[in-house]
Amino acid sequence: MKVIVDQNKCVASGQCVLSAPEVFDQREEDGIVVLRAENPPEGLADDVRQAVILCPAQAIWLEEQEGEQ
Amino acid sequence: MNTFSASGTDVPSAQVPDYPMARAARCPFDPPPDLHILQDQAPISRVRLWDGSTPWLVTRYDDVRALLADPRISSESDRPHYPHLSPAQKERRRQSRTFINMDDPEHARLRRMVTASFSIRQVEALRPAIEQIVDGLIDTMLAGPRPVDLVEAFALPVPSLVICELLGVPYADHDFFQANSRILVRRTSTVEQARVATQQLLDYLDRQIGVKLAHPADDVLSTLAARVRAGELSRHQAASMGMLLLTAGHETTANMIALGTLALLQNPDQLDRLRGSADPKVVASAVEELLRHLTIVHSGRRRVAREDIEVGGVTIRAGEGVVLANDVANRDPEAFPDPDELDVDRNPRHHVAFGFGVHQCLGQPLARVELQVVYSTLYRRIPTLKLAVDLDEIPFKHDGNVYGVYELPVTW
Repeated sequence: MKVIVDQNKCVASGQCVLSAPEVFDQREEDGIVVLRAENPPEGLADDVRQAVILCPAQAIWLEEQEGEQ
Repeated sequence: MNTFSASGTDVPSAQVPDYPMARAARCPFDPPPDLHILQDQAPISRVRLWDGSTPWLVTRYDDVRALLADPRISSESDRPHYPHLSPAQKERRRQSRTFINMDDPEHARLRRMVTASFSIRQVEALRPAIEQIVDGLIDTMLAGPRPVDLVEAFALPVPSLVICELLGVPYADHDFFQANSRILVRRTSTVEQARVATQQLLDYLDRQIGVKLAHPADDVLSTLAARVRAGELSRHQAASMGMLLLTAGHETTANMIALGTLALLQNPDQLDRLRGSADPKVVASAVEELLRHLTIVHSGRRRVAREDIEVGGVTIRAGEGVVLANDVANRDPEAFPDPDELDVDRNPRHHVAFGFGVHQCLGQPLARVELQVVYSTLYRRIPTLKLAVDLDEIPFKHDGNVYGVYELPVTW
């Protein structure tokens, strides 16, 4: 799984950090999303998918790799 | 053709229901029954507002979420046919339009000036101070007379003390700004009342910005003052943003505390479950469920279509007003099984109580922490907390842009 974020679209709602704090963080100066783990382990996949669903600005995408669900 | 739907701009009045609609007398926690009928039979249909205009009302969860995130939808309140909530709200927006009523890129530029203070990390750092505020107010209540009005003694002071600290506004002025804020959120307030209340709040915030220009501190108003100094904001814009944060920080969390307490007292099994668990995940889930179940911002999110939008078999034409009914969307059985059940274990994080799209509530991390602290402390420290009057004597805010109770007499 590869995670892609768009900092221009982000509105700093914090939903991704609440969903997967190991993968997402917020910039100190404006709360905009920062990726901590571009290729998170499979164990965090559900949390990351929840972040994608909950992001109000639709600023997070996934590229699922072959063999993953 | 069913009686609710209509198309085009010429809409015969007899076919169009008035909005907002009335809740059922014995179901003060549930959205109006007519909204459920619309959601079931005509999920995108026209309604008539206070000014006679007939925007579209959207009631299904999927449609509400999709439209709130749709870039073809505008939040600009100065567009023709913007469906204003009330005469008072229209007047307020005329005098003081902030980023919540703007589109990108200006919306993003202005919102990002204050987002740092509401990041998860910043808000978590406030948790000990919030715990101290909550404990202090409970101490005072326990030492005082019974019964007591929980709104006055607890529900309003908690968010008020927190937002004053965060913004850098003197809490000693709370009677002044709460009274004016109350005028602005009542649907029945006149234009003149709203004009005066808005002007007073803007003048007050402008004076506070002036104080921060002279004596910068570590607070949000000082951040805004720094932007003024840098030429990135006008004084009027800074005062407007300060006013938005001050008023929004009060009316929402305060109502969630009081109405949430009432809902839990009416659902003792859920209250027991919440009180009996030390697990922060249960507390966090209960907060999300009460946000969903009560959806106190019960007057719909207001928008205007910028382009023609095909949705749910309906064409919303460019320039038409749209009202997204997030209260009934949060009771959509397609999105939440048994939607009318209050179930603190549900953890319905995909609710739209904070809205959706780029305008989703800026203060939501703060609201979450405030409510987590309150719901995990109040009922444990006062385990015998109960209503001091009958439920049907409680005055609900049927006339409010934000739902809740005016008073909540409790004892223990």
